[in-house]
Amino acid sequence: MSAAAQDTAVHTAVRTGRLARAAIYAGLLVFAVYYLLPLYVMVVNSVKPLDEIRSGDMLALPRAFTIAPWLSAWSTAQIGVEPTGLVPYFWNTIRMVVPAVVISTLMGALNGYVLTKWRFRGDTVLFGCLLFACFIPFQIVLIPMASVLGFLNLAGTTAGLVLVHVVYGLGFTTLFFRNYYDAFPTELVKAAQIDGAGFFRIFWRILLPSSGPIIVVTVIWQFTNVWNDFLFGVSFSDYDSMPMTVALNNLVSSSTGVKEYNVHFAGAILAALPTLVVYVVSGRYFVRGLMAGAVKG
Amino acid sequence: MTRPSRASGRSPAPVGGVTERLQVLLPKLVLSPTVVLVLVFVYGFIAFTGYLSFTGSRILPSFELVGIDNYVRLFSLRNWGIALKNLALFGVLYIAICTAIGLFIAILLDQKIRGEGVLRPIYLYPMALSFIVTGTAWKWFLDPGIGLQNTMHLWGWESFEFTWIKDRNLAIYTIVIAAVWQSSGFVMAMFLAGLRGIDYEILKAAQIDGASNFQLYRRIVIPQLRPAFLSAFVVLAHLAIKSYDLVVALTAGGPGRATEMPATFMYSYTFTRNQMAVGASSAVIMLATIASVIVPYIYAEIRQGRQR
Repeated sequence: MSAAAQDTAVHTAVRTGRLARAAIYAGLLVFAVYYLLPLYVMVVNSVKPLDEIRSGDMLALPRAFTIAPWLSAWSTAQIGVEPTGLVPYFWNTIRMVVPAVVISTLMGALNGYVLTKWRFRGDTVLFGCLLFACFIPFQIVLIPMASVLGFLNLAGTTAGLVLVHVVYGLGFTTLFFRNYYDAFPTELVKAAQIDGAGFFRIFWRILLPSSGPIIVVTVIWQFTNVWNDFLFGVSFSDYDSMPMTVALNNLVSSSTGVKEYNVHFAGAILAALPTLVVYVVSGRYFVRGLMAGAVKG
Repeated sequence: MTRPSRASGRSPAPVGGVTERLQVLLPKLVLSPTVVLVLVFVYGFIAFTGYLSFTGSRILPSFELVGIDNYVRLFSLRNWGIALKNLALFGVLYIAICTAIGLFIAILLDQKIRGEGVLRPIYLYPMALSFIVTGTAWKWFLDPGIGLQNTMHLWGWESFEFTWIKDRNLAIYTIVIAAVWQSSGFVMAMFLAGLRGIDYEILKAAQIDGASNFQLYRRIVIPQLRPAFLSAFVVLAHLAIKSYDLVVALTAGGPGRATEMPATFMYSYTFTRNQMAVGASSAVIMLATIASVIVPYIYAEIRQGRQR
């Protein structure tokens, strides 16, 4: 937010005294503690030996620092029947996320381009139908999807999960690009047409070069959603394609053996790390994606 | 922002050659995979599940119709009753608390705060996490044996008791706690964007008229945030109805079936209890509930877009 924008905001009209300002800062800090607390608990307890967690104080810093839980969560913890740690599932997720994000973003870009610059009768209705698809509870498609994946010989495969994520990501990716290209000057497209440029040439040479921000927003949105998905993963994956979220849940909710809280916390951080890193590096775009997903038009 | 007129994007009239004709067809050709996919995988699947809900399907889909038997059964099942009650309780609290906290933090953060750039990401990062991660963190933190209660005992507050997650009547509130933690920062961001778009002149005028800060917010600022309230409501309501991951990770629907929700109900009846038709009918009810919130919203948004 620029300084100029700040000056037109509400706070310039609201006068606050010294005491009120202290209270405001205190309130904001209390909330910051509330939001940071679970992360702190996870980090601190992921580097404690198990007996220290059992006997001790969950909010205390570790007395004996150890990275053993991290190593265990990554490569040796028992998940299901296999003592493999999260690493194979990490790669499963990567193999699923990358194609799903690339394909759905590309299709969304082309769809947005057509829906704004090559309009036709009924395009608004079509867009409405796409938009509604963003919000359906996925329970409504689980049963037929299981049959169709079986029919296509994709049951339990990464390719099947990619298909699922592309299909149900299209609504949002199209929405993002449509709203972005809507504000793009149509005169430029028209001028290029008169010069004889074709459909793909206009897209490639004129729209795409100025699509940087919206590509980042869309990729982050899709990456976060697909990475964090649990329902499709738990419904449609086998050992060879099981994503990390499902593996983490199996690790934590396993009812056999000793509950290794420190390993659970380390595993949870490992599963959260990719999206957290993306968020820290490009938080601005992440927020913009969230907003675009919520406010349409 | 000007909207291109309907005809402005049209390609020039085809001259007749194959390439020209292809150019005219190309846009629709490019859009067609999406149209087909959505038609089949969204609307076709909805129709299919809808049909199944009127059949006698158990382990596998069967196509013999049995009328509305499944819906009658569904609403006579105790678990479904619990799921609906939990959804109502969870939904109301989740939406109300997220909105309240989100608005409150947004107003605080909008007072020319030094360090806003540091604070804002702290409020928002939970939104980037998987619900499974959130569930894991809160599950052990709220566990009486090793978490908060134990910590308070060690700190000397012996009588402190916090066993909600193990309590049939209170476990649902732990899901509210974790879900609010995850989503309220996002609501904050929506309100903050709304606050930054408010007309400054009206505020100045009201202040000259002697309005207090509280009145300023109550009478002028908050009413202007209506679009943000609406967006927050729609997003939170649909998240609440869909909530599945968090329940699985935090309580797995327990203790007993005390934190059953429609989404967990649908999954267990369809895939573990082999009552596919009942599962399908519960999914239809979920869809109808979400549609009743979303369809008017989308309709209004698109109409508004047209008028712009």
